[in-house]
Amino acid sequence: MTMPRFSTSDDPGASFADLLRKVGIDPFPATLVSASDAQTFPHATTCLALTFDGGVVMAGDRRATAGMSISHRTMDKVVQADDLSGVAIAGTAGPAMEMIKLFQLQLEYYEKVEGQTLSLEGKANQLSMMVRSNLPAAMQGLLVVPIFAGYDPLVGRGRLWDYDPTGGRYEERDFVATGSGSRLAGTVLRVGWRQQLSREAAIDLAARALWEASDADAATGGPDVLRGIYPIVASIDSTGWSRIDDTKLAAMYETIMAEVRTR
Amino acid sequence: MSMPFYVSPEQMMKDRADYARKGIARGRALVAMQIADGIVIVAENPSTTLRKVSEIYDRIAFAGVGKYNEFDQLRVAGVRAAELRGYQYSRNDVDARSLANQYAQVLGDVFSTMGPKPLEVELLVVEVSDVVANDRMFHILYDGTLLEEKRFCVLGGDAEGISKRLEPTFNDNLDVAGAISVAVAALTGPERTLAASDLEIATLSRNGKRRAFTRVANDTVAIALR
Repeated sequence: MTMPRFSTSDDPGASFADLLRKVGIDPFPATLVSASDAQTFPHATTCLALTFDGGVVMAGDRRATAGMSISHRTMDKVVQADDLSGVAIAGTAGPAMEMIKLFQLQLEYYEKVEGQTLSLEGKANQLSMMVRSNLPAAMQGLLVVPIFAGYDPLVGRGRLWDYDPTGGRYEERDFVATGSGSRLAGTVLRVGWRQQLSREAAIDLAARALWEASDADAATGGPDVLRGIYPIVASIDSTGWSRIDDTKLAAMYETIMAEVRTR
Repeated sequence: MSMPFYVSPEQMMKDRADYARKGIARGRALVAMQIADGIVIVAENPSTTLRKVSEIYDRIAFAGVGKYNEFDQLRVAGVRAAELRGYQYSRNDVDARSLANQYAQVLGDVFSTMGPKPLEVELLVVEVSDVVANDRMFHILYDGTLLEEKRFCVLGGDAEGISKRLEPTFNDNLDVAGAISVAVAALTGPERTLAASDLEIATLSRNGKRRAFTRVANDTVAIALR
């Protein structure tokens, strides 16, 4: 392996995707699959994010489905992007995971090359360009629809964005949901969201939204008590990313189930 | 037709080496040390934006002395080489030895294949590990000479004098503050003093976190120097 060096006019700068292209790796290769084939690939589904007083909560179920089958039970659709942000992804699992990986690399790569971190808005914009680069694949059914959320130290609060398959980037004020269960989860959030929610209340609302989504959407996984698999729920505030551990989630879902039993 | 003067290859290499050495000697020095908590790098650098010490990868740091624009380009090339390898294989497959070899190759090529001039830089590539014995410290000279160093390593102008001063005061039981204080004493010698704002200090911690690199804040440095 030789060290990649470029002339000034040819330098890919702080873009990792451009660097990959320069060395002959296409991060978003053209695909030749039919839309019906694409349906049979593993798909990741419901993710959501909501703001609370001082930050954001992100959550996602763990299920991936391929057609009518459950293909994975422990998928991580919500991941930390860097110290103060996270990304959640719905869509075709393969390109989605690849996009998450590229996005994480891009943020760290920018930080190292430029010697400073991108602003939160800059990060949201970078993700938008990646989704747009994926558009040819999306047209063939390999859709990737992320949510990006984080704590913005410039304005001192949590912010969140959702995207459309063309790379359209929409900043939402309160909450957002994506994936097949997004209407169900979104409704729970719409009814339950209040201004100045506490972190604890936001985590509880996220867990309930995923519960209702999994209750009526076949592609969204609920809490799997048998195997001890719970959704991923994480909060991001000025102190950074913290994932809620499974013991706490288990107790929360115990309470939710007890309430459902007495409905 | 005019004939160029004959210059023997020995003379040409000597001239190029002298040129590079002079450029490097003009710059200020830096010291890297292996201690129980990790690797500490102390550089004399009054600028807070033009860095001499930086992060390359999870457990790997880079430091350069000499001409800033030259070693900064090499720093970026190192980040790229490391990130590409990590992307194509795994994060565990990125190591300091391979990077140091690539740097040695670049510097050696520029020095010997008659580029317009040799690069006026000396580089340090260090990798922290779980135990001191598995840490790596590679020192790369302007002509591509690659040295593996143990305990501590000095780069830049008056490296010999600084090493002599550091040898009796350094021991591997030092904590970070202690390491900073002996390194600064060695850098300055008896005649000078340096304030926290004249120093750029970073550590690679042996704390098991993915990104081991951290910069030491000025107020922490000031306390260590008290």
